Amino acid sequence: MSKLPIRARVATSIGGAATRVSRLTGRGDGSVIGGVVGLKVAPDLLRQLASGRQIVMVTGTNGKTTTTRLVTAAIGSLGQEVATNAYGANMESGLVSALSTAPEAPYAVLEVDERYLPSLIKVTNPRAVLLLNLSRDQMDRAAEIWLIARRWREAFAQAPQVRVIANADDPLIAWSAGSASEVIWVAAGQRWHEDSWCCPDCGSHLRRDELGWRCGECSLSRPSARWVLDGEKVIDAAGTVRELNLALPGRANRSNAVMALAVADLFGADMDQALPELRKVTSIAGRYTSVERRGRTLHLLLAKNPAGWLEAFDVLGADNPPLLLAVNAQGPDGKDTSWLWDVDYRVLAGRRVLVAGERRIDLAVRLEADSIPFELVDGIDAAVDAVPQGNLDVIANYTAFQHIRAVVGRSV
Amino acid sequence: MTKDALRIVWIYPDLLSTYGDRGNLIMLTRRAVLRGLPVESTGINSDQRVPEQGDIYLLGGGEDLPQVLAARRLRADGGLQAAAARGAVIFAVCAGYQLIGEVFGGAQGEPVDGLGLIDIRSSRGDERGVGEIVADVDQSLRVERLTGFENHQGKTSIGAGAKPLARVALGVGNGDGSGTEGVYAGRILGTYLHGPALVRNPSLADLLLTWAAGPLPPLPESEEVWTTRLREERLAAVPA
Repeated sequence: MSKLPIRARVATSIGGAATRVSRLTGRGDGSVIGGVVGLKVAPDLLRQLASGRQIVMVTGTNGKTTTTRLVTAAIGSLGQEVATNAYGANMESGLVSALSTAPEAPYAVLEVDERYLPSLIKVTNPRAVLLLNLSRDQMDRAAEIWLIARRWREAFAQAPQVRVIANADDPLIAWSAGSASEVIWVAAGQRWHEDSWCCPDCGSHLRRDELGWRCGECSLSRPSARWVLDGEKVIDAAGTVRELNLALPGRANRSNAVMALAVADLFGADMDQALPELRKVTSIAGRYTSVERRGRTLHLLLAKNPAGWLEAFDVLGADNPPLLLAVNAQGPDGKDTSWLWDVDYRVLAGRRVLVAGERRIDLAVRLEADSIPFELVDGIDAAVDAVPQGNLDVIANYTAFQHIRAVVGRSV
Repeated sequence: MTKDALRIVWIYPDLLSTYGDRGNLIMLTRRAVLRGLPVESTGINSDQRVPEQGDIYLLGGGEDLPQVLAARRLRADGGLQAAAARGAVIFAVCAGYQLIGEVFGGAQGEPVDGLGLIDIRSSRGDERGVGEIVADVDQSLRVERLTGFENHQGKTSIGAGAKPLARVALGVGNGDGSGTEGVYAGRILGTYLHGPALVRNPSLADLLLTWAAGPLPPLPESEEVWTTRLREERLAAVPA
């Protein structure tokens, strides 16, 4: 790509500093509400940094960071450098930072905050946008999801050159992508239905059956998909079936992987080369990591909202190891713990459950209401000491997870 | 106390269940069952008829568009209005609170007809009220200080036919300059405490149960340990 003008180079280092500040203070400004977010620092800088590259944006409520890693791995199979914001810095300064640290990379895979997608599409003109899912998340700081879907829809209508790769099984996603000139639909599944009972277009009740979903009143229905997640397998657009065999656990990650493969295919990657790269991904910023601690093996899961907890319960150890749940309510977590009541804990019956984090009493009341016995512990090491040698599953929300990682170490 | 099961109807979880609203159903059920009062609960989606014979009706929060749709369908359905006319208990939070009134602000701030079940009028405010809220309840209701979380842009004023539920000690509440929070009249009660508002306010839950089923014995202390601890922790965490 072309050399940056001097002014842009100076601004690049400012952008780097902004990223660091943003990381120290948590994920951005907790007061932004409403889904309309403009770029503040240097849209021209971002435009210049993006110019001449093939960019993929990854967004949605859950799985952004993991899928960004998977898409980066899959596109990496093309043998050229890929710029990426690997650590979830997904607003303007994070993108500036990612692109400026890899100035020669012809490809960029960028995780993007849901609220910023419309303005970042305008500035960076991505080749593709990957839409994962939309569900309730941190209501005190995030925008309402129907509003986000509407903003996306408007953005795609104004950017016909952008190719959208979207989850056909999520009605809000399907509706928001429906205004794009070309969509590659992926049957990536949707376990969480609580935010999509009604048609995003007309508000009527959605009907669901084994074929998917459709509106009972208007014409909106699940688009037919070219890529399919079928249990443990992926079926590609040509109909070829492959075993995924990922190192990452769970249905949600298989879903993320199929989305990533559809993107890689668009970029010309060979599936027989891209898929082995996905299988090498074992841990993303400490998520899905296994850590040894005082003779116990900790399995760390990050989950930040009801849909995330539902998927996390899916990957708990099959041999019923003890489970630590840790919840904080700092700015990046959302200060409102109401969402704990949207999670059904009854699936934990028969498992030993420990609770920690700043809002462990909220969890205690919630578990009591579902008749799940629990033990209060003061932190990760107290939990480790309380359980026998062997496995300990851990599910924590954002800052609780960071706190646990700081204690048990960031290696592995 | 009635020997029949207490019928709790959760109105439109498909439209009015934004953030933990199920908690109110769970807490009411728990506190009734622990007293030997059986509960039959049903969630009624917006494509179903609202039964008229419920004892307690719950309405939760919702985004702007779902709120307008819910109001339109409930007006057309008529079941909730009929239940209110026979004296059923109605507990409404946030978007549900606004829509049981005469009028509320739609997605663009336009006035939308509510159900007219209680004498309040709501509209869009200039600023969003987001954060912990603490409020002292009208003493005649014998309910302990409210603690909760609010997240709304609406403001609500109360007419002559209803009374404020509480006075705000911390937070925004009704936001109309009166310093009040929530409303009640007869057996209808609304609040801006959003989501699982009854979780931190068991005495408010018990008020609703008493309205529906008559006087109730207190719960054994062992069943109140965690709820009490949560209340104390939340009230101590804020400067009210």
